[in-house]
Amino acid sequence: MARNLNMRIWRGNATDGGLENVVVEANEGEVVLDVIHRVQATQMGDLAVRWNCKAGKCGSCSMEINGRPRLACMTQISSFAEEETITVTPLRAFPVIKDLVTDVSFNYRKAMEVPAYAHPTNLAPGEARMEQVDVERSQEFRKCIECFLCQDTCHVIRDHEENKKSFAGPRFFIRIAELDMHPLDTLRNRKQTAQTEHGLGMCNITKCCSEVCPEHIRITDNAIIPMKERVVDVKYDPLAWLGSKIFKREGIV
Amino acid sequence: MTSIERHEYDVIVIGAGGAGLRAAVEAREANLRVAIICKSLFGKAHTVMAEGGAAASMGNVNEKDNWQVHFRDTMRGGKFLNHYRMAELHAKESPDRIWELETWGALFDRTKEGKISQRNFGGHEYPRLAHVGDRTGLELIRTMQQKIVALQQEDGKKFGSMEANIKVFAELTVTEILKEQGQIAGVYGYWRESGAEVLFEAPTVIIATGGVGKTFKITSNSWEGTGDGHALALKAGANLVDMEFLQFHPTGMVWPPSVRGILVTESVRGEGGVLTNDKYADNEAEADRWYLDQDNNRRPPELLPRDEVARAINSEVKAGRGTEHGGVFLDVSKRLSAEVIKKRLPSMWHQFFELAGVDITKEAMEVGPTCHYVMGGVEVEPDTAAAVGVPGLFAAGEVAGGMHGSNRLGGNSLSDLLVFGRRAGIGASEYAKKANRIPVRESSIKAASERIEAPFSRVGGENSYSLHAELQEITHNLVGIVRTGAELKEAIERIAEIRKRSANVSVSGGRHFNPGFHLAFDLDNMLLVAESTAKSAILREESRGGHTRDDFPGMNSKWRQINHISSFDGSKVNVRAQALPAIPKELYDLFDVHELEKYLTADEIAKGGSK
Repeated sequence: MARNLNMRIWRGNATDGGLENVVVEANEGEVVLDVIHRVQATQMGDLAVRWNCKAGKCGSCSMEINGRPRLACMTQISSFAEEETITVTPLRAFPVIKDLVTDVSFNYRKAMEVPAYAHPTNLAPGEARMEQVDVERSQEFRKCIECFLCQDTCHVIRDHEENKKSFAGPRFFIRIAELDMHPLDTLRNRKQTAQTEHGLGMCNITKCCSEVCPEHIRITDNAIIPMKERVVDVKYDPLAWLGSKIFKREGIV
Repeated sequence: MTSIERHEYDVIVIGAGGAGLRAAVEAREANLRVAIICKSLFGKAHTVMAEGGAAASMGNVNEKDNWQVHFRDTMRGGKFLNHYRMAELHAKESPDRIWELETWGALFDRTKEGKISQRNFGGHEYPRLAHVGDRTGLELIRTMQQKIVALQQEDGKKFGSMEANIKVFAELTVTEILKEQGQIAGVYGYWRESGAEVLFEAPTVIIATGGVGKTFKITSNSWEGTGDGHALALKAGANLVDMEFLQFHPTGMVWPPSVRGILVTESVRGEGGVLTNDKYADNEAEADRWYLDQDNNRRPPELLPRDEVARAINSEVKAGRGTEHGGVFLDVSKRLSAEVIKKRLPSMWHQFFELAGVDITKEAMEVGPTCHYVMGGVEVEPDTAAAVGVPGLFAAGEVAGGMHGSNRLGGNSLSDLLVFGRRAGIGASEYAKKANRIPVRESSIKAASERIEAPFSRVGGENSYSLHAELQEITHNLVGIVRTGAELKEAIERIAEIRKRSANVSVSGGRHFNPGFHLAFDLDNMLLVAESTAKSAILREESRGGHTRDDFPGMNSKWRQINHISSFDGSKVNVRAQALPAIPKELYDLFDVHELEKYLTADEIAKGGSK
């Protein structure tokens, strides 16, 4: 059942831009990205939008739909009321390149700052033995499709450009947590450096990141809070401190 | 021409999917300077869509598995049209490539003993696919992406710059591979963001651009699958081999429209999903027992090689037994509890529920054939991945031909890109270390630059979106899953017409992140690929693997001895027959002679393999 859909699409560049009204055909079962493509093919040939898989697996088509950070390929038209106007705007936390496309290079720079996985030097390829239950903790975080919606919604950087330098953001807190919980990783003190180098302490656990995650990763509950708790334990618990000296480990189970 | 951006590297990798990243790691570890160029952001390549797993005969689940069994399965799947040497290298090396990923931080699902778990898949005799739930491709991409960051961090410590020896140029389109004096000299392209032009000079180029799905109307491929590498290679003087072989995945979503073409992983069938319109559905009792005891029961028909399943679905639909949207129902809800489905197929469940409002734990999926993979591709030397005929050019992954013959087994693609990505990296590194570097002439730069500017200089010409849609109609209807000589003839004529009209494409708007402009270049690539496919398909008068001719329904041993080689003469694609290399005796002897009689001619059987 085709119908006419009212949309407002943000068009512009780094210095200038605004919302433009369009009316576009929408069919049953379509998602926001489908109608944006129709606008592109029939009305605005040069409308800039990123997308790849159109299946919620690559995290390219991140944008803000009626003010909420979302994947356009995962937002069904039927989730809006018939007469509702759908407004699409670029991610607010990142500089606009053109229309719905933003410069997300911040995230790639932060990725380069997280120390890489360190494999045990005495463990040859094929020799690793791990329990399923142990790999699952890190696997939850490795589900991340790097859509950067969590980064976009995080209020530490959303309206505070000045915090970007010292704050890695939720995506990279789960990366650090993933490595920290990796059964084989040999690099120590990841939690401490999360605090000292990557700005973990600036997060005040409002859970906005977990709410927008299309993979439903429990970013705050399973990565950020456990790291924060352990950092605090090690910092203030004299027994843990002693344990770390005696057993040469971080004093954490 | 002094204003363009210029770079100099030892190795240029076009494409940041699994093959490209694996090649880049290898070249950097050989102490060469590497540029990775990709059309999307880093980490978004189509490899992330691969769900089922990576085939490698580690023998973790069934210790009877080994490379010989994997080799046999691969050759059977490809109906013996595979380049034997590629299938051999792939079967031998894939376990090492998987274990290597683990040393880079990959976390595969485990067996009870704590080894890497392996699952069943269509056409594989034993459980063989290393997997991570149903997001194995994402795990591969992320692992290699992070390995590249690890190498960059090493370089940062050593040289003070993380991008000293390996740099990713994301959202950059390559429009041309440049040659000087008959050998590779670099590539030319433009930043998608700004439209600004870039020259890369290097003695070697590795093409790892993936597939061609966007040539077709219904496809599982993303926008990137426009056959860029196939076309770039053709234009650079390389050959494509066997472009008639395309894999139409039997189980793509046909409804609702928002998910048209999206793949339902074959492991849905591996986990016990039943195609309810399937003519094999009678065998359920034995099929069910097979999941518990594979030695004493025959496998269910849902795990037949995927081309046979595709044809079965097609004939059901044509016989009027399909769904109202032209598909069939695939149902796991009747076999497994909701809990088990969500555990074993988590992203499948998630995807369908979120995208289409379909709950696969309660209802059936509506599926049909979708263009998924191209077996044909750049003709390469198996050991080095060097493109035949162009010194300095290499190709690996889906863009390379030969490995899968006429049909690829599920799971063999992720292992293919690891094995041959690495080999291309080694091949290119060895070549680059010895190569004479020839600077790109200013006249070559000027010509490449003019081609990029051309669509802007035309006014009121053809619209690239409409031409693309027309091309997709033609390929879908006339070069699709079931073909005839008459339809292919018509397709060749109509593709040529579109190609003529495409010379007059004009673009509205400026160069600044302009998708209409980007499509103009992708379209040119897709047209060459479609021409090559149609012209190869009309010559092959038999049905084999991913090529089905209604007018020649059987498989013919005579045709098995022939590869179709496409080349480009500057205005059109020409296709000629070339003898397939004969399988050597030690590999020949891995098979039962009665099985070989199905595929080989009496003469070949009499010889018993070549020496």
